[in-house]
Amino acid sequence: MRRRQFLKMSCVLGAGVALCGLGVDLVPIEAWADEIKKIDRLKSARQTMSVCCYCSVGCGLICATDEKTGKIINIEGDPEHPVSEGSLCAKGAGIFQTTEANEHRLTKVLYRAPNSDKWEEKSWDWAIDRIARLMKEERDKSFITKNAAGQVVNRVETLAHMGSSNLDNEECWSITAWARSLGLVYIDHQARV
Amino acid sequence: MTNHWIDIQHSDCILIQGSNAAENHPISFKWVMRAKERGAKLIHVDPRFTRTSSKADFYAPLRSGTDIAFLGGMIKYIIDNNKIFHDYVVNYTNAPFLVDGKFGFKDGLFTGYDADKRGYDKSTWTYQKDAGGIILRDETLKNPRCVYQMLKAHYARYDLKKVSSITGTPEKDLKTVYEMFSSTGTKDRAGTIMYALGQTHHTVGVQNIRALAIVQLLLGNIGVCGGGVNALRGEPNVQGSTDHALLYHYLPGYLAAPRTSQQTLESYIKKITPSTTEAKSVNWQSNYGKYAVSLLKSWYGDAATKDNEFGYAWVPKADDGKDYSVMTLFDVMYAGKIKGMTVFGQNPACSIPNSNKVRAAFAKLDWMVHLNIFDNETASFWKGPGMDPAKVKTEVFLLPASASVEKAGSQTNSGRWIQWRYEATKAPGDCIYAGEAIIRIQNKLKELYKKEGGTFPEPILNMTSDGLAEKGGYDAEKVAKLINGYFLADVEIGGKQYKKGDCVPSFALLQADGTTSSGNWICAGSFAQDGKNLMQRRGKADPTGLGLYPEWSFAWPVNRRVLYNRASCDPTGKPYNPKRAVLEWKDGKWVGDVPDGAPPPLAAEGGKLPFIMKPDGVSSLFGPGLGDGPFPEHYEPLESPLARNLMSAQQNNPAILLYNSDKDMVASADARFPIVMTTYSSTEHWCTGAFTRWQTWLTEAMPQAYVEMSEELAKEKGIKNGDKVRVESARGKLECVAMVTPRFRPFLVNGKTLHQVGMPYNYGWRFPADNGDSANLLTPTVGDANAMTPEYKAFMVNVVKV
Ligand code: SF4
Repeated sequence: MRRRQFLKMSCVLGAGVALCGLGVDLVPIEAWADEIKKIDRLKSARQTMSVCCYCSVGCGLICATDEKTGKIINIEGDPEHPVSEGSLCAKGAGIFQTTEANEHRLTKVLYRAPNSDKWEEKSWDWAIDRIARLMKEERDKSFITKNAAGQVVNRVETLAHMGSSNLDNEECWSITAWARSLGLVYIDHQARV
Repeated sequence: MTNHWIDIQHSDCILIQGSNAAENHPISFKWVMRAKERGAKLIHVDPRFTRTSSKADFYAPLRSGTDIAFLGGMIKYIIDNNKIFHDYVVNYTNAPFLVDGKFGFKDGLFTGYDADKRGYDKSTWTYQKDAGGIILRDETLKNPRCVYQMLKAHYARYDLKKVSSITGTPEKDLKTVYEMFSSTGTKDRAGTIMYALGQTHHTVGVQNIRALAIVQLLLGNIGVCGGGVNALRGEPNVQGSTDHALLYHYLPGYLAAPRTSQQTLESYIKKITPSTTEAKSVNWQSNYGKYAVSLLKSWYGDAATKDNEFGYAWVPKADDGKDYSVMTLFDVMYAGKIKGMTVFGQNPACSIPNSNKVRAAFAKLDWMVHLNIFDNETASFWKGPGMDPAKVKTEVFLLPASASVEKAGSQTNSGRWIQWRYEATKAPGDCIYAGEAIIRIQNKLKELYKKEGGTFPEPILNMTSDGLAEKGGYDAEKVAKLINGYFLADVEIGGKQYKKGDCVPSFALLQADGTTSSGNWICAGSFAQDGKNLMQRRGKADPTGLGLYPEWSFAWPVNRRVLYNRASCDPTGKPYNPKRAVLEWKDGKWVGDVPDGAPPPLAAEGGKLPFIMKPDGVSSLFGPGLGDGPFPEHYEPLESPLARNLMSAQQNNPAILLYNSDKDMVASADARFPIVMTTYSSTEHWCTGAFTRWQTWLTEAMPQAYVEMSEELAKEKGIKNGDKVRVESARGKLECVAMVTPRFRPFLVNGKTLHQVGMPYNYGWRFPADNGDSANLLTPTVGDANAMTPEYKAFMVNVVKV
């Protein structure tokens, strides 16, 4: 059961209790039973620590991963975290919806050909081959070794990179290094904006 | 942040200006409320009454774009009423320094302005020196050329009446705020300032922050528990992404990026290592050469040798004085000069000003590579409003990425805590780490260059890839170690042995001879010498009782929790406030937090000044380092309701860069656009909503774009709450829902009623359908004179009912 459904059901609980008394609506009781099952699964779930992916308060998260399916079944605040003490705001509390439980997650490499009006699914190998080829072509064509004053500049001005403050430190560092190895000077991201 | 989140609880007076912390950093507010429970006073200064205001002891409205006028008035109040923390100001700031006789300021301009270059020759922005090069000073602070007196003279114009006529804040409200906050200029009281994008998103953004710093230095509030100038950074790892230099103008660890005038490593190091004649200054930046060489070693490994200047030639050189930041990037792209672009985890189609220009620029690219966890307006720009896909030639790759909970790695919070997270599950489908995508592209490029040759292959072939991967795949912990740094040879330093392959436990051990590597010196120490990952720590010990939690994660630099903490002690090393002693000099050593510099306090033998990152060892009331003046001065936003700046003949910041494309229309003091507008975020959405708009739990609460306006303006325009309206600027227009609310009130500016409205920037056309587009369709392409941060927070619009 998704939390949203549960919330909806909780909302009708007041009315539901009254109706249940008349033997009319058992939905809230089923919902409750589902929650109990979830609590059982939580008990046996593997716990991992994470950090919220939205603002720089950096609230602590506990992710519970189902042992059988290997999927995340719950994410909640980490009560041991000295800053957040278990609290999360609306965004942090909803991080579960960034997981594959969200039907909108991208899961395939998509490609849009020039002048096309649609995405096509591709493999990583295909995409990496094509991307590296395009980068090399442009870099080789437009690389500037010396400027007009004869100073060595070793840069390329026709390629640019942006992002991201939503990536981990190690990824950011790897991107910085890679972009400089290509000779990029147009490098920027959210920190400026 | 100079301090950290938990520290806010120790403050006696909290000034939140340019932030809506209660809604945009909700959990930080826990610590604001704890301070209030202790009796602290909370002040909120903002154009709009928000949930932050609702918890404040005092709320003062101000017109967007007038913070320097507001804070200049506070500086004047502090000086006129002698509220300064005298001991601190004399010992720890440049207040006593005598300024060069030729330096001056007249009618909005400092000496040395060149109108053609739109910049300053800063040669007079300096100090008087004796024959030995020592700065002359007057510790009585009476000399009319001393910084303190110059500061006083500069802000003499910022009286209550003038400030009120500019800001629209009633005079009595100004006085109340000034009185409340300046009460913290004593030993036993600490005041903190919390700010966010409300201060930085202006053409005077950096000077806004300088004004905050000047206030805090005059009151002795920097380095102390419960004090500081605290930036509430808006994105999860924006601290870390800044530290690691995903920006053109410096390299990891804030080492300036090489420019064309620095043709050799020697000339580069000379440029980035300031010298000082001040015997009591630590001048930590004199070590930058060691950090630069250690960075080159981490990048190029064995290929970086003394003989080839550690590969310095392989690092791209930007032209001196030229800007390459995001608005220039898009200006150049719009002109058709950029051919290929990678965009990882960002949505510039909605987040960069003047979105129409940005989106048109994308269509001029040959190709774009975008990596994200959801589709967005950037990846799908070719099918956006006004685009005909058949006419857009751009090849687009949309790469699926792992989400945060599916990744191991570290993230740095605003308090500089680098916290480790773990992979809770494998990412779905073909999703991979962004780091893995980079390795794959990098390895493929290496393969192509090896096989086919090409232009200047050395930097590509020599850049580390082994350092990023284990068994061929991206390995976050391995990269983290590379960032921390290694000893590359067996060495003995200060009588201690370090073995080749050991992790460098502190940046103090880094060397300029190639015997150490460190991908980012400020992170050195995040691993212990034996390779233990300190970012993973979860210890809750709290030896000072102040909530520093030194065994929880790792804080850069060297696990210091409060920056400039030696300034919390008097020159003999006694804490100014013993009840909240973040540090103390006891029996010949520092006790408490990790001291900001190991040397003894100023008055002790061998004592040093506390501001170790400043060449002269003191903090700067006079700040000659910036491009637009050593003192903050009020200028109007590029688009202003006023035809004339009430403070001087200089309407706008004279050092800002102006763009002239056919999409860069500007309408200032223009009857067509009479309403001031600002933009902001909401609790339920993150940035452009690129993640959060795809989440039903959040869109149920905040479904669609809206414009907030006062009841008075709504009445004037015949608009009712919930009506559909069109908001227009000189650059674009969009339709959204009107939210009529007393949270906005008309201002009285220069004797006239002035309206201001505001919009969240959380929306875009891609999803959910028909729920509005980006507020940045309206914003101008203009930025701060120093940082090029766009002026998202103050520009002119009109609103009409549709
Ligand atoms: S839960 Fe809310 S306050 Fe905490 S880090 Fe996430 S977005 Fe920020």
